[in-house]
Amino acid sequence: MPLIKEGVLAEDSWQALADEDELVEGPIVVTLDRWQSEREALLSRNTPIGVRLKSDQTPALLADDLDRFAVVALEFPKFNDGRAYSYARLLRDRYAFKGEVRAVGNVLRDQFLLMQRCGFDAFEVANEAAAAAWEKAISEISVTYQPGADARRPALALRRNRPAA
Amino acid sequence: MYRYDEFDHTLVNERVHQFRDQVERRLSGELTEDQFKPLRLMNGLYLQLHAYMLRVAVPYGTLSSTQMRKLAYVARRYDKGYGHFTTRQNIQFNWPKLEETPDILADLAEVEMHAIQTSGNCIRNTTSDQFAGAAADEIEDPRVYCEIIRQWSTLHPEFTFLPRKFKIAVTGADHDRAAVRVHDIGLQMCRNEAGEVGFEVVVGGGLGRTPVIGQTIREFLPKQHLLSYLEAILRVYNQLGRRDNLYKARIKILVRSEGIESFRNLVEEEWSHIKESALQLPLDEIARIENYFSPPRYERLDDTVRELEVKRFEDRDFASWVRTNVSTHKQPGYAVATISLKPTGKPPGDASAWQMDAVADLAESYSHSEIRVTHEQNLVLAHVKKADLYALWSGLRDVELATPNAGLLSDMIACPGLDYCNLANARSIPVAQRISERFSDLERQHDIGGLKIKISGCINACGHHHVGHIGLLGVDKKGEEFYQITLGGSADENTAIGKIVGPAFSYDDVVDAVEDIVDTYLEYRSDGEEFSDTFRRVGLAPFKEKLYAAH
Ligand code: HEM
Ligand code: SF4
Repeated sequence: MPLIKEGVLAEDSWQALADEDELVEGPIVVTLDRWQSEREALLSRNTPIGVRLKSDQTPALLADDLDRFAVVALEFPKFNDGRAYSYARLLRDRYAFKGEVRAVGNVLRDQFLLMQRCGFDAFEVANEAAAAAWEKAISEISVTYQPGADARRPALALRRNRPAA
Repeated sequence: MYRYDEFDHTLVNERVHQFRDQVERRLSGELTEDQFKPLRLMNGLYLQLHAYMLRVAVPYGTLSSTQMRKLAYVARRYDKGYGHFTTRQNIQFNWPKLEETPDILADLAEVEMHAIQTSGNCIRNTTSDQFAGAAADEIEDPRVYCEIIRQWSTLHPEFTFLPRKFKIAVTGADHDRAAVRVHDIGLQMCRNEAGEVGFEVVVGGGLGRTPVIGQTIREFLPKQHLLSYLEAILRVYNQLGRRDNLYKARIKILVRSEGIESFRNLVEEEWSHIKESALQLPLDEIARIENYFSPPRYERLDDTVRELEVKRFEDRDFASWVRTNVSTHKQPGYAVATISLKPTGKPPGDASAWQMDAVADLAESYSHSEIRVTHEQNLVLAHVKKADLYALWSGLRDVELATPNAGLLSDMIACPGLDYCNLANARSIPVAQRISERFSDLERQHDIGGLKIKISGCINACGHHHVGHIGLLGVDKKGEEFYQITLGGSADENTAIGKIVGPAFSYDDVVDAVEDIVDTYLEYRSDGEEFSDTFRRVGLAPFKEKLYAAH
């Protein structure tokens, strides 16, 4: 699957493993189940590790382990299952997670902006056309009214800093 | 009222461009209807039985006369010359062409209007008291907080794909004209012991197929924490609300299954983390928004106005309109006028382009150029000098908007029903028309007094039948239209869900049934009682007796 990072197609150095897959060399992303059942073995490998959460699995389940992960992948089984937006906010705002937060599943250009604002910084998309649409998708709307997990400044802050008329 | 600054203008214009691009992608075939659907729904564009329908937001029901003229223009230019005001204080156009919708939105943007979040599983238009700013029993103008909520909720990145749509209502008055207890979140302004103004927060109310009265989650929320508390509720709901069943996805179901105590704990825990964040409202920001809603410059007037009394004496029609459609204003010498959109035999809530233009003119002449849309599908001019009431009434009469029935039996709510809606079991509007014809004698309606009849064409309850004194619900019986009747509902501070009276009535019989109910009420009512009072006292039995004994 093509991966968008920092607005461009990027090499994906991570391998996502299903529960029945053999462990492989190099950086891997495992499911929550596998993490919970094989935690010690996975840690002893000494290679970077990521975890993938289904849309009914909150990162709160991993709160104590988050510093072990370089990637947390959040699943969108359907684009309109919006739980992962809150999970991303929790990862960034509550747990100060500094690694990659990756959107996987039904990830569409029309949601890039929302995802980015909630703290996602990597996006697995169905095809490369989505990458071409990136720039437009995240700049179409330039005004934000609410604080998010991104660097955009909400209108409230901009209004307060504007020189008195 | 609120005026856009450069940020608001930019956002709405960018949204128009974005939608134009999406429509072009649809028209060129790049997007299938399935792919386009969620995008158009984000902009209030529905596909109905016969055509597209565009729902335009009227934030908290407040319109300027300039905006009203633009709506008239849109009705004329892009529709069949009329629009339909809804129970969500919005307006719907029933016949726009897909390829013209971006132009409609661009025209609306010129007057600071949009269709953002008028559909979809997001935070919808926040509704309020139609008498805001004019009511004598008001603590503060609730629209200040509606506007703050409007901005915070607009394109909220985290809450665009909630389990289900989400509706917030705010009232600043003791008498609840905004039905806050049947909203996902209801905010009732109140004072704490120290005399500070804040909100009682009610959560988990709603109508639809499972009517539920909301419960208090917090007795007192200080103003500056409004947004963080809302965000905490929404964040809990977004994660835990059911997504497996459309009919169990509203927050009311979550609150019920968790129990209010446990739900409150979840919210308070979340809130403890974000309370002191950038969501905290600076007092100067509240003051900035308050400025936009500062009261008009009232003249110092006597409350007793001789011209008015003389006209009332001379002109019975005028007197009758004053009796029903004029309410008390907090300022001496002023009044609040309700413009009924329920003339006998017409679809409730419809207004033609020329009527809209006329209302805009009258608002300019007599009510500081401001108009409100009510959740009972009427319009309100909130700051009319009593001395101008006669002139206003004459102007309204010229455009057939002077029906003196506000709050009376024929001031009904009816959903679009089978005439427009593909979910309907039965017609709603024609039933409303037949009832208003049956009771067309206004003297009789005055004798009956305040009475709320509400009609929905199916269990989704768009016509709020659960909270009607008399509620009619369209059901399907072997392919025939039938109506189940509920009695004793109410949407004010004594919110109650109506009780089913018995087997449903056919389309032909339902108007007789309503008349039987009204007659029974008159028979049992004691002095000074309203329908709800009588109903609470005598219960269903006498109504059942009357309705089913003869049949
Ligand atoms: C073709 C047109 C319409 C369709 C297909 C439609 C569909 C629905 C559906 C499916 C629900 C149930 C949602 C739920 O409980 O989760 C609903 C509720 C509702 N609709 Fe509509 N609707 C239509 C038109 C309208 C109109 C014109 C109005 C206003 C006059 C309206 C106001 C409402 C309201 C107030 C609810 C109340 C339920 C609640 O929020 O608790 N709808 N509608
Ligand atoms: S109540 Fe039913 S029939 Fe009426 S508008 Fe809503 S969905 Fe349609």
